Amino acid sequence: MTSLPARILPVFAILAAIVAIWYVGTYALNAPFQRDLDRRAGETPTTWEFIVRTMTQPKPTLPAPHQVVANVYENTFLRKPTSNRSLVYHSWVTLSATLLGFAFGTALGILIAVGIVHVTTLDRSLMPWIIASQTIPILAIAPMIIVVLAAVGITGLIPKALISTYLSFFPVAVGMVKGLRSPEAMHLDLMRTYHASRAQTFWKLRVPASVPFLFASMKVAIAASLVGAIVGELPTGAVAGIGSRLLTGSYYSQTIDIFAALVAGSMVAILLVSVVGLAGRLTEKAMGARPA
Amino acid sequence: MSGLRVSWQGALASCLALVAAFLLPIASPDAAFAAHGVSMFVAFMAIGLVWIAAIVDGSRVGPAARAAVLFLAAHGMVWLLLSEIGDRNGVARSSFFVLLAAAWLLAWRLATVLSSIRFAGRTADTMMRLLVPALFGAWILIIWEAVVRGAGIPFILLPPPSAIGARIAGSVPILAADVYQTIFKAVLTGYVLGCAAGFVVAILADRFLFLRRGLMPIGNMVSALPIIGVAPIMVMWFGFDWQSKAAVVVIMTFFPMLVNTVAGLAASGHMERDLMRTYASSYSQTLTKLRLPAAAPFIFNALKINSTLALIGAIVAEFFGTPIVGMGFRISTEIGRMNVDMVWAEIAVAALAGSVFYGVVALLERAVTFWHPSIRGG
Repeated sequence: MTSLPARILPVFAILAAIVAIWYVGTYALNAPFQRDLDRRAGETPTTWEFIVRTMTQPKPTLPAPHQVVANVYENTFLRKPTSNRSLVYHSWVTLSATLLGFAFGTALGILIAVGIVHVTTLDRSLMPWIIASQTIPILAIAPMIIVVLAAVGITGLIPKALISTYLSFFPVAVGMVKGLRSPEAMHLDLMRTYHASRAQTFWKLRVPASVPFLFASMKVAIAASLVGAIVGELPTGAVAGIGSRLLTGSYYSQTIDIFAALVAGSMVAILLVSVVGLAGRLTEKAMGARPA
Repeated sequence: MSGLRVSWQGALASCLALVAAFLLPIASPDAAFAAHGVSMFVAFMAIGLVWIAAIVDGSRVGPAARAAVLFLAAHGMVWLLLSEIGDRNGVARSSFFVLLAAAWLLAWRLATVLSSIRFAGRTADTMMRLLVPALFGAWILIIWEAVVRGAGIPFILLPPPSAIGARIAGSVPILAADVYQTIFKAVLTGYVLGCAAGFVVAILADRFLFLRRGLMPIGNMVSALPIIGVAPIMVMWFGFDWQSKAAVVVIMTFFPMLVNTVAGLAASGHMERDLMRTYASSYSQTLTKLRLPAAAPFIFNALKINSTLALIGAIVAEFFGTPIVGMGFRISTEIGRMNVDMVWAEIAVAALAGSVFYGVVALLERAVTFWHPSIRGG
């Protein structure tokens, strides 16, 4: 076992290095444009002044970390959560689609896994197609799904959630097939000696054995679900959500806004994954698992 | 009837056929199209096929013969049904869908029969493993085609597969240009660069503990983030052409490669590593002769994950700005012009390209990690 400082210190060192490289990159990428500006204005700033100016452009090529932090802070804490410039509002829009899609996807994945484990024909015929389904770049179909569903009159949450569903069912299905098959032959034989029915074997042996697999794959699924929701917001020029912030930022070259939206998306992702992880640990503890 | 053991699919299909017989005709009569008698003849032929198939399936003939009869009956029925609809979309009545369901049940029964057949030869067994999923895929297309044409679903919502196929055949040059732009320029460049960078950094992280302790938590966290969001920034930095898409692909493929390779380098056992020590082998010798081969399954796992990620990254990045060629560009403009069949054609090509990409990596994996239990089959 390594002590806590020995584990945390390297992480902070690397993070500090990333921030340092970021600042250097900010200078390097913004300098040409700033030089151009200064030349036109006829100014000759000192080196230090020049560096400061590259860090404070309103529409920089690469915003400096402190600019992004200031933007995130301003749009998260200083604005009303109902304002359409608030990152809380946009994160909430994306989060709701993510959660709905995740719920659908998990249910679908579990259903498929149960079918595959119990029906040989499904195992033979469905499994290759599930894998093939993920080689289809669903995100490329996203615009069409949204436009087509909008033509039928379904707009808002559901189309985005469907894309999330498609992305999140796969890890759950694959993980649950593994999990439901994870009981050893000995345990299955034991159930047979008890004259257990298929349903009993399923509920008393297979389901408990699959719980760790379920939570591991749900962590992957919820991250995929968030990506689906964000991309689902891109094509129609959605009015709200993290994806729409990315798109408007890209239209108006508001790089700081883009980075702020990315930070917000990352925060949501970290939050979701940790919640699923925590739920998994609590469930396993309640089921009497020993800490590994 | 002592020798008859009808499967539930066969029984249900027979019942459905009986129901369909009372709901005839299959399609709304159309004076200009066909004589009523012909239409009735076709319908009864379809119903007869179901009965023959169900009876043969329940009798004591061998599985191969049963499979053949089921195959002919199911597909013959679909052919009859579709030819009855012809090009008059949306004329199907309820008996059409009942018979379609019966045909589908027969196909299901066929898949069950096929998956229960055991072959002695290895090649025959492999063929069978390919045949059943192929049947499943074909039936998805068949049901899609039959439902869309039978119910007359508007072309804008969902074009039938035959129209998509015609579209692909009719616009090969455009599709080829898009594939060249998106896959051969953006995806492959980004994939190679991203995977190589991830691999090199993983080796460095393996050499220096400090780097590993610092990078791994970050790498694990980043893999949960929606990295695709950097696409607009990359388009701003590297311009509209393929370089910006390749940059997105590099970023997307870097972290899975890093995390998996580092995990793989830790996969070799203590005993083997001790053995290498007793041979007085250097770090690089241990790396190339023991630890990299042991890490190969993990590395290939990353390569497989990345093959789909790369395609997604490049196509999505094209939504943020492209020259007038490329798969993402084509999808977003054709959907705006409501040319849905072109969009589907592009998606079919993308799916095919993705599957081929994945398949090549998987074949490579079989060749390289031939020693691994999951490939040796034991």
